Amino acid sequence: MNDLLFLIGFPVIIAILMLLVKDKVRNYIVIISAFALGIASLYLLVTYFSKNTVFFDIPFEPASKIMVIIEILLAVYILYLGIKFKKYFTVALILLQAGLLLFLEMGLISDINPVKNLFIDQLSIIMALIVGIIGSLICVYSLGYMETYHARHSEIKDRRKLFFFIFFVFLSAMFGIVFSNNLLWVLFFWEITTICSFVLIGYSGTPEATNNAFLALSMNLLGGVAFIAALIYIAMLDPSGKLFGLDTLIGSGYAIAIVPAVLICFAGITKAALMPFSSWLVGAMVAPTPVSALLHSSTMVKAGVYIIVRFAPVLALTTEGFIIAMVGAVTFLLASGIAISQSNAKKVLAYSTIANLGLIVACAGVGTYNLMWVAILLIIFHAIAKSLLFLCVGTVENRTGSKNIEDMGGLIVRMPKIAMMMFIGMAGMFLAPFGMVISKWAAIEAFITAPFGLIFIAILAFGGSFTVFYWSKWMGKIISVMRNQEVIEGTVKKEKWAVLYVLTGLVVGVCLAFPLISTYLIEPFIMNIYGVTTRLSQANFAIMIMMICLLLIMPLSMLFYRTGSKHVSPYMGGRTTENEMRFSGTFGTMRELSLSNYYMEKYFGEDKVFYIGTLLCWGLLLIAGILLAGVIL
Amino acid sequence: MISEPVLSLVNAILFVLLAPLAGGLIAGIDRKVTARMQGRVGPPILQPFYDVGKLFEKENMVVTVTQHFYVLSYLVFMVVAGALFFSGGDMLLVIFAFTLSHIFLVLGAYSSYSPYSHIGAERELIQIIAYEPMIIFTAVGMYMVTQSFNVSAIVNSGIPIILYLPGVFIGYLMVLTIKLRKSPFDLSTSHHAHQEIVKGVTTDFSGSNLGKIEIAHWYEYVFLLGVVYLFFGFNPVIAVAAIIVAYFLEILIDNTISRVKWQLTLRSAWLIAGTLGIVNLGVLYYLKGVIMP
Repeated sequence: MNDLLFLIGFPVIIAILMLLVKDKVRNYIVIISAFALGIASLYLLVTYFSKNTVFFDIPFEPASKIMVIIEILLAVYILYLGIKFKKYFTVALILLQAGLLLFLEMGLISDINPVKNLFIDQLSIIMALIVGIIGSLICVYSLGYMETYHARHSEIKDRRKLFFFIFFVFLSAMFGIVFSNNLLWVLFFWEITTICSFVLIGYSGTPEATNNAFLALSMNLLGGVAFIAALIYIAMLDPSGKLFGLDTLIGSGYAIAIVPAVLICFAGITKAALMPFSSWLVGAMVAPTPVSALLHSSTMVKAGVYIIVRFAPVLALTTEGFIIAMVGAVTFLLASGIAISQSNAKKVLAYSTIANLGLIVACAGVGTYNLMWVAILLIIFHAIAKSLLFLCVGTVENRTGSKNIEDMGGLIVRMPKIAMMMFIGMAGMFLAPFGMVISKWAAIEAFITAPFGLIFIAILAFGGSFTVFYWSKWMGKIISVMRNQEVIEGTVKKEKWAVLYVLTGLVVGVCLAFPLISTYLIEPFIMNIYGVTTRLSQANFAIMIMMICLLLIMPLSMLFYRTGSKHVSPYMGGRTTENEMRFSGTFGTMRELSLSNYYMEKYFGEDKVFYIGTLLCWGLLLIAGILLAGVIL
Repeated sequence: MISEPVLSLVNAILFVLLAPLAGGLIAGIDRKVTARMQGRVGPPILQPFYDVGKLFEKENMVVTVTQHFYVLSYLVFMVVAGALFFSGGDMLLVIFAFTLSHIFLVLGAYSSYSPYSHIGAERELIQIIAYEPMIIFTAVGMYMVTQSFNVSAIVNSGIPIILYLPGVFIGYLMVLTIKLRKSPFDLSTSHHAHQEIVKGVTTDFSGSNLGKIEIAHWYEYVFLLGVVYLFFGFNPVIAVAAIIVAYFLEILIDNTISRVKWQLTLRSAWLIAGTLGIVNLGVLYYLKGVIMP
């Protein structure tokens, strides 16, 4: 129990330290505490992987009271900011939420005290590892990034103390979400992450950042309202408060659990930024890149899908579950499409994140045992590869000042190591035999046996090919070899390199180790819930691993080819071309060659596709709402 | 009786050794038939082998040395995909290896900074996304009929798959047109000498690299026609006949229809996959639920 409390409490202590110490000391503290968190989460793995679900009573009576007080204080803070910036929609939402919360805490459950507040099982371990390892790596990376960020953007006020304070509070809240069994606690930590995200998106203080921060806040508050509504429903259904335990609620069966499950899944959908709420995640890309890496790709949005995965057994094979899965699937298809039309690297990463979260929800919504397996696998692979990609883009942006993909031409020459890491990260996102393709493969095999699975397979097939397109053309951009480029990656800081190397190693390592992860963590978890479990066949495992090894060996062929080739310039249709690819154009002017990728605006334009997605997903959510109303009445 | 793993290993090795021969012969016959359709005499059947042999004698010229790596990877993973297929492996895995191999070709074209190979690469990518959904539907359809993704199980099922999957088969023929680089879908590069972007995706490859691409293409022929075989796997004679007819049809289409733009390629490929493919699978799905539960 102490290990769980350590992971929740320790980051809070560090966070408070962050407010106090000076820049130099901060570096040491962050690095040391990152090690501590990483080791603590590994310790958790070693201690608990063989035990199934373990519950802990937290006998500390005032904990819940303190949480309520903090929530009210935060609400007042948001209220103040909302009025200050004239965001009256947010004000209305926060008032509604605070009102509902007070009604719940004071009116309905003032005298009950659910036991079994904390718990841990294999899924919690996986989430804790993601938060503990990737989260702390990103913290270390932010040290160097934020220094360069402020050196580059002198107009932005240096609020790094606040930045790192929020980062560590956020880590604590994430651990809180994945370890809490008491839904009131989950809600508390859930709201904390919302506010962390709000503060970090608005970090730069520009009007755009402020607007986007409020957009993200409003959408997440909407989810929060649904979450509280679920809790009120539970409290009214069973005044004894037993159902506030995640385990008892999920175990209570369809008739009782479906209404809170759908409401909480709605909260999950807002947090995971599925359509129609995807715009907040895209807007959140104005935040410094480590924020996007930590909150908006590898952890916080994963809390949204985490909660849906938790409720998957309730949703499995129900109409409501199918609708939620359809929201996910539609999001996957359309967000992948939009990614084709984007040239801003961070926006491509954002849409790819939205798409993958959609796919996870599609799996969890249908909720059969083999799809659960896929959903968890996707969570792991996506978190690692995507955080690596964000950090690589951040490094490139730090050095070149641009996050436009069109400016990344010839990156393999200018920043060879970063380009290689990006290459591996992207391969991890869409190429066999890396993680995401293993998941896609397993998803096809699992959907084929699920009811109406054909719809999902069709969506997966088309969405998958969109994915191939936008990653490949980006890959092509960074590896195109242009002349006379100089190497500019020498000034990247040591600790940044260390983080990037570890993440790159993880992308490959997790693919090699994934049979172990599946056997010791995912399969027992699935087994516990469904009584059956699934896996890829041993023979296919072996082939995948052989393919990975082959891929790792292939670059060695470069050694063999290093000499003995005559270099010529690229084919230019017979025009006289100078060394920097300048050629004589019409009227005797010298023109420089520039090449650009296809973006297919006409087919995949952001506005148009997003509009379609919003309509479809609101429609689906509306149907789910009507079904719920039917159940309640 | 030979045990199954040994048999699949032997099959894989036979594919690696014999597929280039078969593929080269197919290419030779293709050229001969094409020439006859155009009223020419045409080159000898063995001409593709002479061509590739000569390519390997050429001086080794590159724009960037990384091209060697991409082309070698293209060839190697094409062989891996084909070998997996002929050893009776998982269809989906075969498809993913197949895509991987093509991505390497695309990357190779991107790596040289030439406008011609750049456009070729973009178009090749468009072709990949045009055919990929259909090829996945093909695998899914075969699963729905035979209850297995394993090629060995599909071919040994003895079920006349074509009767269950006529729509999917037509969709697959379209994939075949794209993959064999036949008109109207020879966008990224063409076997004919009339491409408007020079040689497209292969513009900046020469000598042994171009030779390797050619050999990879032979492997690809054999693999693609192997999939046609699966539709008719219940009767080898009919299957071989079907392959010949299908291939002849492709040559005929190639010589009678002019190239279309990439927009039309993408739209028509997705339309076919989205209608014929999905409707076929949907009907099968429905029938399975209603008639034979």
